Amino acid sequence: MAILLLAEHDNQRLAIETAKTLTAAREIGSDIDILVAGMNTNQVAVAATKLLGVRKVLVAETFYLQYQLAEPLTYVIISLADSYDVFIAPATAMGKNVMPRLAGQLGVAQISEIISVVSHDIFKRPTYAGNAIETVQALDAKKVITVRTTSFMAANAGKCNVEIEKVVIPEDPSLSRFVSQIDSSKGQPELNSALVVVSGGRGFGSSENFKMLLEPLAKRLKAAIGASRAAVDAGYASNDRQVGQTGKSVSPELYIAIGISGAIQHLAGIMDSRVIVAINKDPEAPIFRVADYGFVGDLFEIVPALIEII
Amino acid sequence: MKDAKQQTMEQKWQGDMKIIVGVKRVVDYNVKVRVKSDGSGIELTNVKMSMNPFDEIALEEAIRLREKGVATEVVAISIGSAISQETLRTALAMGADRAILVVDKRVLEPLEVAIVFRELVKVEAPNLVIFGKQAIDDDSNQTGQMLAGLLGWGQAAFASAMNVKNGEAIVEREVDAGVQTIAVRLPAVITADLRLNEPRYASLPNIMQARRKIIEEKTLSELGITYKPHIKVLKIEEPEARQPGIRVNSVAELVKRLRQEKNLL
Repeated sequence: MAILLLAEHDNQRLAIETAKTLTAAREIGSDIDILVAGMNTNQVAVAATKLLGVRKVLVAETFYLQYQLAEPLTYVIISLADSYDVFIAPATAMGKNVMPRLAGQLGVAQISEIISVVSHDIFKRPTYAGNAIETVQALDAKKVITVRTTSFMAANAGKCNVEIEKVVIPEDPSLSRFVSQIDSSKGQPELNSALVVVSGGRGFGSSENFKMLLEPLAKRLKAAIGASRAAVDAGYASNDRQVGQTGKSVSPELYIAIGISGAIQHLAGIMDSRVIVAINKDPEAPIFRVADYGFVGDLFEIVPALIEII
Repeated sequence: MKDAKQQTMEQKWQGDMKIIVGVKRVVDYNVKVRVKSDGSGIELTNVKMSMNPFDEIALEEAIRLREKGVATEVVAISIGSAISQETLRTALAMGADRAILVVDKRVLEPLEVAIVFRELVKVEAPNLVIFGKQAIDDDSNQTGQMLAGLLGWGQAAFASAMNVKNGEAIVEREVDAGVQTIAVRLPAVITADLRLNEPRYASLPNIMQARRKIIEEKTLSELGITYKPHIKVLKIEEPEARQPGIRVNSVAELVKRLRQEKNLL
Protein backbone atom coordinates (compact mmCIF):
# COMPACT_ATOMS: atom_id res chain seq x y z
CA MET A 1 0.00 0.00 0.00
CA ALA A 2 1.65 3.22 -1.17
CA ILE A 3 0.98 6.30 0.91
CA LEU A 4 1.53 9.94 -0.01
CA LEU A 5 1.98 12.24 2.97
CA LEU A 6 1.55 15.95 2.41
CA ALA A 7 4.13 17.81 4.49
CA GLU A 8 3.22 20.75 6.70
CA HIS A 9 5.88 23.47 6.51
CA ASP A 10 6.40 27.19 5.97
CA ASN A 11 8.98 26.81 3.19
CA GLN A 12 11.77 27.00 5.78
CA ARG A 13 10.97 24.57 8.55
CA LEU A 14 9.33 21.19 8.49
CA ALA A 15 6.52 21.39 11.08
CA ILE A 16 6.25 18.82 13.85
CA GLU A 17 2.79 17.90 12.55
CA THR A 18 4.47 16.19 9.61
CA ALA A 19 6.36 13.77 11.88
CA LYS A 20 3.18 13.07 13.85
CA THR A 21 1.22 12.38 10.68
CA LEU A 22 4.00 10.02 9.63
CA THR A 23 3.38 7.95 12.76
CA ALA A 24 -0.29 7.58 11.78
CA ALA A 25 0.73 6.72 8.20
CA ARG A 26 3.12 4.01 9.42
CA GLU A 27 0.23 2.34 11.22
CA ILE A 28 -1.64 2.19 7.90
CA GLY A 29 1.12 0.94 5.59
CA SER A 30 4.82 1.01 4.91
CA ASP A 31 5.61 2.58 1.50
CA ILE A 32 5.39 6.20 2.55
CA ASP A 33 6.52 9.10 0.40
CA ILE A 34 6.47 12.65 1.69
CA LEU A 35 5.46 15.45 -0.67
CA VAL A 36 7.01 18.84 0.04
CA ALA A 37 5.23 21.45 -2.06
CA GLY A 38 6.30 25.06 -1.91
CA MET A 39 9.11 27.36 -2.91
CA ASN A 40 12.80 27.21 -1.89
CA THR A 41 12.04 24.23 0.28
CA ASN A 42 15.47 22.61 0.28
CA GLN A 43 15.83 22.69 4.07
CA VAL A 44 12.36 21.27 4.51
CA ALA A 45 13.01 18.42 2.09
CA VAL A 46 16.28 17.53 3.79
CA ALA A 47 14.55 17.48 7.17
CA ALA A 48 11.89 15.17 5.72
CA THR A 49 14.52 12.70 4.48
CA LYS A 50 15.65 12.27 8.08
CA LEU A 51 12.31 11.02 9.37
CA LEU A 52 12.37 7.30 10.09
CA GLY A 53 10.13 5.20 7.87
CA VAL A 54 10.10 7.40 4.79
CA ARG A 55 10.63 5.75 1.38
CA LYS A 56 11.38 8.94 -0.55
CA VAL A 57 10.76 12.64 -0.51
CA LEU A 58 9.05 14.30 -3.45
CA VAL A 59 9.60 17.99 -4.01
CA ALA A 60 7.26 20.23 -5.99
CA GLU A 61 8.75 23.70 -6.15
CA THR A 62 7.45 26.72 -7.97
CA PHE A 63 6.41 30.27 -7.10
CA TYR A 64 2.69 29.54 -7.22
CA LEU A 65 3.00 26.75 -4.69
CA GLN A 66 4.64 29.09 -2.21
CA TYR A 67 1.44 29.76 -0.25
CA GLN A 68 0.06 26.26 -0.72
CA LEU A 69 -3.24 27.43 -2.12
CA ALA A 70 -5.69 24.58 -2.49
CA GLU A 71 -6.14 24.56 -6.26
CA PRO A 72 -2.53 24.27 -7.53
CA LEU A 73 -1.56 22.00 -4.63
CA THR A 74 -4.43 19.63 -5.41
CA TYR A 75 -3.33 19.54 -9.06
CA VAL A 76 0.14 18.43 -8.01
CA ILE A 77 -1.26 15.59 -5.89
CA ILE A 78 -3.70 14.57 -8.65
CA SER A 79 -0.78 14.31 -11.07
CA LEU A 80 0.78 11.73 -8.71
CA ALA A 81 -2.48 10.04 -7.72
CA ASP A 82 -2.16 6.90 -9.84
CA SER A 83 0.83 5.72 -7.82
CA TYR A 84 -0.83 5.94 -4.39
CA ASP A 85 -3.60 4.25 -2.44
CA VAL A 86 -3.65 6.57 0.57
CA PHE A 87 -3.31 10.35 0.77
CA ILE A 88 -2.70 11.65 4.25
CA ALA A 89 -2.08 15.07 5.79
CA PRO A 90 -2.21 16.67 9.22
CA ALA A 91 -5.55 18.29 10.07
CA THR A 92 -4.00 21.76 10.06
CA ALA A 93 -5.59 24.69 8.24
CA MET A 94 -3.56 23.58 5.19
CA GLY A 95 -4.59 19.91 5.38
CA LYS A 96 -8.24 20.75 6.04
CA ASN A 97 -8.23 23.09 3.05
CA VAL A 98 -6.53 20.85 0.52
CA MET A 99 -7.47 17.25 1.32
CA PRO A 100 -11.28 17.45 0.89
CA ARG A 101 -10.75 19.16 -2.46
CA LEU A 102 -8.51 16.27 -3.45
CA ALA A 103 -11.10 13.76 -2.23
CA GLY A 104 -13.77 15.56 -4.28
CA GLN A 105 -11.61 15.43 -7.40
CA LEU A 106 -10.89 11.76 -6.83
CA GLY A 107 -14.57 11.08 -6.08
CA VAL A 108 -13.76 9.40 -2.76
CA ALA A 109 -14.64 10.06 0.87
CA GLN A 110 -12.33 11.76 3.30
CA ILE A 111 -11.87 10.57 6.86
CA SER A 112 -11.29 13.72 8.92
CA GLU A 113 -9.10 14.08 12.01
CA ILE A 114 -8.42 10.44 12.84
CA ILE A 115 -7.27 9.86 16.40
CA SER A 116 -6.33 6.22 15.97
CA VAL A 117 -5.71 3.62 13.28
CA VAL A 118 -7.58 0.36 13.93
CA SER A 119 -6.54 -1.27 10.64
CA HIS A 120 -5.49 -0.09 7.19
CA ASP A 121 -9.09 0.93 6.43
CA ILE A 122 -10.68 1.37 9.87
CA PHE A 123 -10.15 4.52 11.91
CA LYS A 124 -11.45 6.31 14.97
CA ARG A 125 -12.41 9.95 14.88
CA PRO A 126 -14.16 12.37 17.24
CA THR A 127 -17.54 13.89 16.41
CA TYR A 128 -19.93 16.20 18.28
CA ALA A 129 -17.07 18.33 19.60
CA GLY A 130 -15.31 15.26 20.93
CA ASN A 131 -18.34 13.95 22.83
CA ALA A 132 -18.62 10.84 20.65
CA ILE A 133 -15.93 8.71 19.07
CA GLU A 134 -16.83 7.14 15.73
CA THR A 135 -15.19 4.01 14.38
CA VAL A 136 -15.45 4.20 10.60
CA GLN A 137 -14.45 2.02 7.70
CA ALA A 138 -13.33 3.69 4.48
CA LEU A 139 -14.91 1.77 1.59
CA ASP A 140 -13.18 3.49 -1.35
CA ALA A 141 -10.12 1.95 -2.99
CA LYS A 142 -8.26 5.24 -2.59
CA LYS A 143 -8.35 6.83 0.83
CA VAL A 144 -7.97 10.46 1.81
CA ILE A 145 -7.25 11.03 5.48
CA THR A 146 -6.45 13.91 7.79
CA VAL A 147 -4.83 13.30 11.16
CA ARG A 148 -5.45 14.94 14.52
CA THR A 149 -1.80 15.30 15.31
CA THR A 150 -2.27 15.68 19.07
CA SER A 151 -3.23 11.99 19.15
CA PHE A 152 0.05 10.71 17.68
CA MET A 153 3.67 10.88 18.81
CA ALA A 154 6.15 12.40 16.38
CA ALA A 155 8.13 9.88 14.33
CA ASN A 156 11.79 9.88 15.28
CA ALA A 157 14.51 11.35 13.17
CA GLY A 158 17.37 9.06 12.26
CA LYS A 159 20.03 8.45 9.67
CA CYS A 160 18.44 7.30 6.47
CA ASN A 161 19.47 7.13 2.84
CA VAL A 162 16.36 8.66 1.42
CA GLU A 163 16.27 10.16 -2.07
CA ILE A 164 14.85 13.53 -2.95
CA GLU A 165 12.96 13.49 -6.22
CA LYS A 166 11.72 16.52 -8.15
CA VAL A 167 8.13 16.36 -9.32
CA VAL A 168 6.91 17.60 -12.69
CA ILE A 169 4.64 20.50 -11.87
CA PRO A 170 1.32 20.95 -13.62
CA GLU A 171 0.30 24.39 -14.85
CA ASP A 172 -1.22 26.79 -12.34
CA PRO A 173 -5.01 26.52 -12.63
CA SER A 174 -5.07 30.25 -11.68
CA LEU A 175 -8.38 29.97 -9.86
CA SER A 176 -7.16 31.97 -6.89
CA ARG A 177 -4.24 34.19 -6.01
CA PHE A 178 -2.44 35.10 -2.83
CA VAL A 179 -2.83 38.70 -1.71
CA SER A 180 -1.23 38.98 1.72
CA GLN A 181 -0.72 37.28 5.05
CA ILE A 182 -0.45 38.54 8.60
CA ASP A 183 1.27 36.12 10.97
CA SER A 184 0.20 37.12 14.45
CA SER A 185 2.07 34.59 16.54
CA LYS A 186 5.66 35.06 15.41
CA GLY A 187 8.20 34.48 18.12
CA GLN A 188 5.76 32.80 20.50
CA PRO A 189 5.88 29.10 21.33
CA GLU A 190 3.55 27.15 19.05
CA LEU A 191 0.30 25.97 20.53
CA ASN A 192 0.50 22.61 18.79
CA SER A 193 3.87 21.60 20.16
CA ALA A 194 4.24 23.47 23.47
CA LEU A 195 4.70 21.37 26.61
CA VAL A 196 2.80 23.91 28.67
CA VAL A 197 -0.17 25.97 27.52
CA VAL A 198 -1.72 28.77 29.59
CA SER A 199 -5.09 29.83 28.32
CA GLY A 200 -7.15 32.83 29.25
CA GLY A 201 -10.87 33.49 28.97
CA ARG A 202 -13.42 36.20 29.47
CA GLY A 203 -12.52 36.31 33.17
CA PHE A 204 -9.60 38.62 32.38
CA GLY A 205 -12.02 41.41 31.59
CA SER A 206 -9.76 43.39 29.28
CA SER A 207 -6.91 42.95 26.86
CA GLU A 208 -4.69 44.98 29.21
CA ASN A 209 -5.25 42.46 32.01
CA PHE A 210 -4.64 39.63 29.57
CA LYS A 211 -1.31 41.18 28.61
CA MET A 212 -0.26 42.15 32.13
CA LEU A 213 -1.09 38.84 33.79
CA LEU A 214 -1.15 36.00 31.29
CA GLU A 215 1.87 36.96 29.20
CA PRO A 216 4.35 37.10 32.11
CA LEU A 217 3.03 33.79 33.43
CA ALA A 218 3.43 32.21 29.99
CA LYS A 219 6.94 33.59 29.74
CA ARG A 220 7.84 32.20 33.16
CA LEU A 221 6.58 28.75 32.20
CA LYS A 222 7.91 28.90 28.61
CA ALA A 223 4.32 28.22 27.71
CA ALA A 224 2.27 28.92 24.62
CA ILE A 225 -0.66 31.27 25.11
CA GLY A 226 -4.11 29.98 24.29
CA ALA A 227 -7.51 31.58 24.55
CA SER A 228 -11.17 30.74 24.69
CA ARG A 229 -13.48 31.93 21.96
CA ALA A 230 -14.89 34.56 24.33
CA ALA A 231 -11.40 35.99 24.85
CA VAL A 232 -10.71 36.03 21.13
CA ASP A 233 -14.07 37.66 20.32
CA ALA A 234 -13.40 40.29 22.99
CA GLY A 235 -10.08 41.04 21.31
CA TYR A 236 -7.82 39.85 24.16
CA ALA A 237 -5.95 37.44 21.87
CA SER A 238 -5.64 36.88 18.14
CA ASN A 239 -7.80 34.28 16.38
CA ASP A 240 -4.98 31.82 15.81
CA ARG A 241 -4.70 31.43 19.62
CA GLN A 242 -8.20 29.97 19.96
CA VAL A 243 -8.32 26.51 21.51
CA GLY A 244 -11.38 24.32 20.95
CA GLN A 245 -13.67 22.64 18.45
CA THR A 246 -13.29 25.39 15.88
CA GLY A 247 -9.82 26.50 16.87
CA LYS A 248 -6.82 24.34 17.67
CA SER A 249 -6.60 21.11 19.61
CA VAL A 250 -3.74 20.94 22.07
CA SER A 251 -2.17 18.08 23.99
CA PRO A 252 0.44 19.62 26.28
CA GLU A 253 1.84 18.07 29.43
CA LEU A 254 0.17 20.87 31.37
CA TYR A 255 -2.85 22.96 30.37
CA ILE A 256 -3.73 25.85 32.67
CA ALA A 257 -7.18 27.33 32.04
CA ILE A 258 -7.63 30.69 33.70
CA GLY A 259 -10.94 32.52 33.74
CA ILE A 260 -12.40 29.99 31.30
CA SER A 261 -15.79 28.48 32.15
CA GLY A 262 -15.24 25.43 29.96
CA ALA A 263 -17.97 25.33 27.31
CA ILE A 264 -18.34 22.06 25.34
CA GLN A 265 -16.62 23.70 22.38
CA HIS A 266 -13.56 24.65 24.42
CA LEU A 267 -13.23 21.31 26.19
CA ALA A 268 -13.17 19.63 22.76
CA GLY A 269 -9.71 21.05 22.19
CA ILE A 270 -8.04 20.26 25.51
CA MET A 271 -9.09 16.73 26.51
CA ASP A 272 -5.82 15.20 25.29
CA SER A 273 -3.78 17.28 27.74
CA ARG A 274 -1.94 15.19 30.38
CA VAL A 275 -2.71 17.49 33.31
CA ILE A 276 -5.39 20.17 33.35
CA VAL A 277 -5.41 22.97 35.94
CA ALA A 278 -8.43 25.24 36.20
CA ILE A 279 -8.50 28.60 37.95
CA ASN A 280 -11.95 30.16 38.11
CA LYS A 281 -13.99 32.09 40.61
CA ASP A 282 -17.21 30.17 39.80
CA PRO A 283 -17.13 26.82 41.64
CA GLU A 284 -19.86 25.51 39.30
CA ALA A 285 -17.87 26.21 36.12
CA PRO A 286 -17.85 23.09 33.88
CA ILE A 287 -14.06 23.33 33.49
CA PHE A 288 -13.74 21.88 37.03
CA ARG A 289 -15.32 18.62 35.82
CA VAL A 290 -12.30 17.87 33.63
CA ALA A 291 -9.55 19.56 35.69
CA ASP A 292 -7.04 17.45 37.60
CA TYR A 293 -6.46 20.41 39.90
CA GLY A 294 -9.12 23.04 40.42
CA PHE A 295 -8.60 26.30 42.27
CA VAL A 296 -11.69 28.38 43.03
CA GLY A 297 -10.61 31.95 43.44
CA ASP A 298 -9.88 35.33 41.94
CA LEU A 299 -7.46 35.10 39.03
CA PHE A 300 -6.26 38.64 39.75
CA GLU A 301 -4.80 37.37 43.02
CA ILE A 302 -3.84 33.85 41.95
CA VAL A 303 -1.95 34.64 38.75
CA PRO A 304 0.48 37.17 40.32
CA ALA A 305 1.06 34.74 43.20
CA LEU A 306 1.79 31.97 40.71
CA ILE A 307 4.29 34.13 38.84
CA GLU A 308 5.97 34.88 42.15
CA ILE A 309 6.27 31.30 43.35
CA ILE A 310 7.34 29.53 40.16
CA MET B 1 -6.41 45.09 -20.68
CA LYS B 2 -9.39 42.89 -20.04
CA ASP B 3 -10.91 41.23 -23.03
CA ALA B 4 -14.52 41.89 -23.97
CA LYS B 5 -15.74 38.52 -22.81
CA GLN B 6 -14.30 38.93 -19.35
CA GLN B 7 -15.83 42.40 -19.09
CA THR B 8 -19.30 41.16 -19.99
CA MET B 9 -18.98 38.39 -17.44
CA GLU B 10 -18.08 40.89 -14.75
CA GLN B 11 -21.03 43.05 -15.67
CA LYS B 12 -23.22 40.02 -15.51
CA TRP B 13 -21.94 39.18 -12.04
CA GLN B 14 -22.45 42.69 -10.82
CA GLY B 15 -25.95 42.91 -12.19
CA ASP B 16 -27.26 39.43 -11.57
CA MET B 17 -25.41 37.50 -8.94
CA LYS B 18 -26.97 34.47 -7.41
CA ILE B 19 -25.74 32.88 -4.19
CA ILE B 20 -26.53 29.39 -2.96
CA VAL B 21 -26.17 28.72 0.76
CA GLY B 22 -26.10 25.21 2.19
CA VAL B 23 -27.78 24.85 5.60
CA LYS B 24 -27.84 21.78 7.82
CA ARG B 25 -30.13 20.83 10.69
CA VAL B 26 -28.02 19.65 13.62
CA VAL B 27 -28.26 19.08 17.38
CA ASP B 28 -28.24 22.50 19.03
CA TYR B 29 -24.73 23.57 19.99
CA ASN B 30 -25.61 23.88 23.69
CA VAL B 31 -26.80 20.30 24.02
CA LYS B 32 -24.50 17.80 25.70
CA VAL B 33 -25.12 14.79 23.46
CA ARG B 34 -25.55 11.26 24.78
CA VAL B 35 -24.26 8.22 22.98
CA LYS B 36 -26.74 5.33 22.70
CA SER B 37 -25.70 2.44 24.88
CA ASP B 38 -25.75 -0.05 21.97
CA GLY B 39 -23.12 1.98 20.11
CA SER B 40 -25.43 2.63 17.15
CA GLY B 41 -25.49 6.40 17.31
CA ILE B 42 -26.42 9.53 19.23
CA GLU B 43 -29.65 9.86 21.21
CA LEU B 44 -31.74 12.29 19.12
CA THR B 45 -35.21 11.78 20.62
CA ASN B 46 -36.48 14.97 22.26
CA VAL B 47 -33.17 16.72 21.65
CA LYS B 48 -33.24 20.36 20.60
CA MET B 49 -32.19 20.81 16.98
CA SER B 50 -31.27 24.01 15.18
CA MET B 51 -29.43 25.39 12.17
CA ASN B 52 -25.71 24.63 12.20
CA PRO B 53 -24.12 27.83 13.62
CA PHE B 54 -21.59 28.09 10.79
CA ASP B 55 -24.41 27.89 8.24
CA GLU B 56 -26.22 30.78 9.93
CA ILE B 57 -23.07 32.80 9.38
CA ALA B 58 -22.84 31.69 5.74
CA LEU B 59 -26.45 32.71 5.19
CA GLU B 60 -26.02 36.04 6.98
CA GLU B 61 -23.09 36.85 4.70
CA ALA B 62 -25.10 36.03 1.57
CA ILE B 63 -27.98 38.23 2.75
CA ARG B 64 -25.57 41.09 3.49
CA LEU B 65 -24.15 40.79 -0.02
CA ARG B 66 -27.67 41.11 -1.39
CA GLU B 67 -28.39 44.08 0.86
CA LYS B 68 -25.21 45.75 -0.42
CA GLY B 69 -26.46 45.27 -3.97
CA VAL B 70 -23.68 42.83 -4.82
CA ALA B 71 -26.03 39.85 -5.09
CA THR B 72 -29.57 39.68 -6.39
CA GLU B 73 -30.79 36.34 -5.13
CA VAL B 74 -30.05 34.09 -2.16
CA VAL B 75 -31.20 30.46 -2.32
CA ALA B 76 -31.02 28.35 0.84
CA ILE B 77 -30.70 24.60 0.32
CA SER B 78 -30.85 21.75 2.79
CA ILE B 79 -30.75 17.98 2.50
CA GLY B 80 -32.62 15.77 4.92
CA SER B 81 -35.98 14.39 5.98
CA ALA B 82 -39.15 16.52 5.81
CA ILE B 83 -38.39 18.10 9.19
CA SER B 84 -35.43 19.98 7.67
CA GLN B 85 -38.16 22.30 6.35
CA GLU B 86 -37.90 23.96 9.78
CA THR B 87 -34.30 24.88 9.10
CA LEU B 88 -35.23 26.29 5.71
CA ARG B 89 -38.11 28.30 7.25
CA THR B 90 -35.52 29.85 9.57
CA ALA B 91 -33.36 30.62 6.53
CA LEU B 92 -36.32 32.24 4.77
CA ALA B 93 -37.18 34.23 7.89
CA MET B 94 -33.59 35.48 8.07
CA GLY B 95 -33.93 36.73 4.50
CA ALA B 96 -33.26 33.99 1.95
CA ASP B 97 -35.33 34.55 -1.21
CA ARG B 98 -36.06 30.92 -1.97
CA ALA B 99 -35.48 27.52 -0.44
CA ILE B 100 -34.97 24.02 -1.79
CA LEU B 101 -35.19 20.84 0.26
CA VAL B 102 -33.60 17.73 -1.15
CA VAL B 103 -35.65 15.11 0.64
CA ASP B 104 -33.75 12.07 1.83
CA LYS B 105 -34.08 10.20 5.08
CA ARG B 106 -30.48 8.99 5.18
CA VAL B 107 -27.70 10.98 6.76
CA LEU B 108 -25.64 11.75 3.67
CA GLU B 109 -21.85 11.86 3.90
CA PRO B 110 -20.06 15.06 2.87
CA LEU B 111 -19.11 13.62 -0.54
CA GLU B 112 -22.74 12.76 -1.29
CA VAL B 113 -23.84 16.20 -0.09
CA ALA B 114 -21.23 17.78 -2.36
CA ILE B 115 -22.50 15.68 -5.30
CA VAL B 116 -26.08 16.83 -4.63
CA PHE B 117 -24.88 20.45 -4.63
CA ARG B 118 -22.94 19.88 -7.85
CA GLU B 119 -26.16 18.80 -9.53
CA LEU B 120 -28.06 21.74 -8.03
CA VAL B 121 -25.34 24.11 -9.25
CA LYS B 122 -25.92 22.80 -12.79
CA VAL B 123 -29.62 23.72 -12.47
CA GLU B 124 -29.32 26.97 -10.54
CA ALA B 125 -26.10 28.33 -12.06
CA PRO B 126 -25.03 30.41 -9.04
CA ASN B 127 -21.94 32.63 -9.02
CA LEU B 128 -21.14 31.78 -5.45
CA VAL B 129 -21.83 28.91 -3.08
CA ILE B 130 -21.34 29.59 0.63
CA PHE B 131 -21.26 26.88 3.29
CA GLY B 132 -20.37 26.89 6.96
CA LYS B 133 -16.81 25.64 7.42
CA GLN B 134 -18.01 22.58 9.33
CA ALA B 135 -21.13 21.01 10.80
CA ILE B 136 -20.95 20.74 14.58
CA ASP B 137 -22.29 17.17 14.54
CA ASP B 138 -19.95 15.27 12.19
CA ASP B 139 -17.15 17.88 12.47
CA SER B 140 -15.96 16.86 8.99
CA ASN B 141 -15.04 20.23 7.49
CA GLN B 142 -15.19 18.83 3.95
CA THR B 143 -18.31 19.70 1.96
CA GLY B 144 -17.32 23.12 0.61
CA GLN B 145 -13.86 22.06 -0.47
CA MET B 146 -15.24 18.85 -2.02
CA LEU B 147 -17.82 20.78 -4.02
CA ALA B 148 -15.12 23.16 -5.29
CA GLY B 149 -13.05 20.13 -6.31
CA LEU B 150 -16.01 18.44 -8.03
CA LEU B 151 -16.84 21.62 -9.97
CA GLY B 152 -13.25 22.62 -10.69
CA TRP B 153 -14.01 26.01 -9.08
CA GLY B 154 -11.76 28.07 -6.87
CA GLN B 155 -12.26 27.91 -3.12
CA ALA B 156 -11.75 30.05 -0.04
CA ALA B 157 -12.16 28.04 3.15
CA PHE B 158 -12.46 29.45 6.71
CA ALA B 159 -13.42 32.98 5.65
CA SER B 160 -13.43 35.66 8.36
CA ALA B 161 -14.05 38.61 6.02
CA MET B 162 -15.03 38.89 2.36
CA ASN B 163 -15.83 41.26 -0.42
CA VAL B 164 -16.77 40.81 -4.07
CA LYS B 165 -15.05 42.97 -6.66
CA ASN B 166 -14.30 42.70 -10.38
CA GLY B 167 -15.39 39.10 -10.70
CA GLU B 168 -13.35 37.99 -7.71
CA ALA B 169 -14.09 37.32 -4.07
CA ILE B 170 -11.44 38.88 -1.85
CA VAL B 171 -11.40 36.69 1.23
CA GLU B 172 -9.56 36.85 4.53
CA ARG B 173 -8.95 33.30 5.72
CA GLU B 174 -8.24 32.04 9.22
CA VAL B 175 -5.03 30.01 8.95
CA ASP B 176 -2.82 28.52 11.67
CA ALA B 177 -0.31 31.36 11.68
CA GLY B 178 -2.76 34.24 11.45
CA VAL B 179 -4.85 35.67 8.64
CA GLN B 180 -4.28 35.09 4.93
CA THR B 181 -5.96 37.15 2.23
CA ILE B 182 -6.61 35.57 -1.14
CA ALA B 183 -8.58 36.55 -4.22
CA VAL B 184 -10.60 33.78 -5.79
CA ARG B 185 -12.17 34.03 -9.24
CA LEU B 186 -15.94 33.63 -9.44
CA PRO B 187 -17.76 31.32 -9.62
CA ALA B 188 -16.33 29.96 -6.38
CA VAL B 189 -17.08 28.17 -3.15
CA ILE B 190 -16.53 29.92 0.18
CA THR B 191 -16.80 28.42 3.67
CA ALA B 192 -17.55 30.62 6.67
CA ASP B 193 -15.56 30.82 9.89
CA LEU B 194 -17.22 31.97 13.12
CA ARG B 195 -15.69 35.40 12.80
CA LEU B 196 -17.19 36.27 9.43
CA ASN B 197 -20.20 38.05 10.95
CA GLU B 198 -22.86 38.11 13.66
CA PRO B 199 -26.00 36.46 12.28
CA ARG B 200 -29.27 38.36 12.73
CA TYR B 201 -32.32 37.10 14.55
CA ALA B 202 -35.42 36.52 12.48
CA SER B 203 -38.15 38.96 13.54
CA LEU B 204 -41.68 37.72 14.22
CA PRO B 205 -43.18 39.39 11.10
CA ASN B 206 -40.43 37.80 9.01
CA ILE B 207 -41.09 34.41 10.58
CA MET B 208 -44.80 34.77 9.75
CA GLN B 209 -43.97 35.83 6.21
CA ALA B 210 -41.56 32.93 5.77
CA ARG B 211 -44.37 30.51 6.60
CA ARG B 212 -46.17 31.50 3.43
CA LYS B 213 -43.19 30.94 1.16
CA ILE B 214 -43.01 27.71 -0.79
CA ILE B 215 -40.13 25.33 -0.22
CA GLU B 216 -39.33 23.51 -3.43
CA GLU B 217 -38.73 19.79 -2.91
CA LYS B 218 -36.47 17.52 -4.92
CA THR B 219 -35.22 13.98 -4.55
CA LEU B 220 -31.87 12.41 -5.35
CA SER B 221 -33.39 10.46 -8.25
CA GLU B 222 -34.85 13.66 -9.72
CA LEU B 223 -31.33 15.04 -9.67
CA GLY B 224 -30.03 11.90 -11.36
CA ILE B 225 -27.98 10.80 -8.34
CA THR B 226 -27.57 7.20 -7.31
CA TYR B 227 -26.64 7.03 -3.65
CA LYS B 228 -23.41 5.22 -2.93
CA PRO B 229 -21.93 4.96 0.56
CA HIS B 230 -18.17 5.58 0.87
CA ILE B 231 -17.90 5.29 4.63
CA LYS B 232 -19.36 2.71 6.97
CA VAL B 233 -19.86 3.73 10.59
CA LEU B 234 -19.06 0.64 12.65
CA LYS B 235 -19.54 2.02 16.13
CA ILE B 236 -20.09 5.19 18.13
CA GLU B 237 -18.88 5.31 21.70
CA GLU B 238 -18.33 7.71 24.56
CA PRO B 239 -14.84 9.16 24.81
CA GLU B 240 -12.74 7.96 27.72
CA ALA B 241 -13.74 9.93 30.78
CA ARG B 242 -11.07 11.84 32.69
CA GLN B 243 -10.59 10.86 36.31
CA PRO B 244 -12.18 13.38 38.66
CA GLY B 245 -9.64 15.85 40.00
CA ILE B 246 -9.15 17.59 43.31
CA ARG B 247 -9.58 21.14 44.59
CA VAL B 248 -6.58 23.02 45.90
CA ASN B 249 -6.79 25.94 48.31
CA SER B 250 -3.60 27.86 47.76
CA VAL B 251 -1.07 28.66 45.09
CA ALA B 252 1.62 26.96 47.17
CA GLU B 253 -0.42 23.75 47.34
CA LEU B 254 -1.09 23.83 43.60
CA VAL B 255 2.58 24.21 42.73
CA LYS B 256 3.63 21.59 45.27
CA ARG B 257 1.15 19.05 43.94
CA LEU B 258 2.11 19.71 40.30
CA ARG B 259 5.75 19.14 41.25
CA GLN B 260 5.35 16.12 43.48
CA GLU B 261 2.40 14.30 41.93
CA LYS B 262 2.87 15.10 38.26
CA ASN B 263 6.53 15.87 37.98
CA LEU B 264 5.81 19.24 36.37
CA LEU B 265 7.17 22.81 36.62
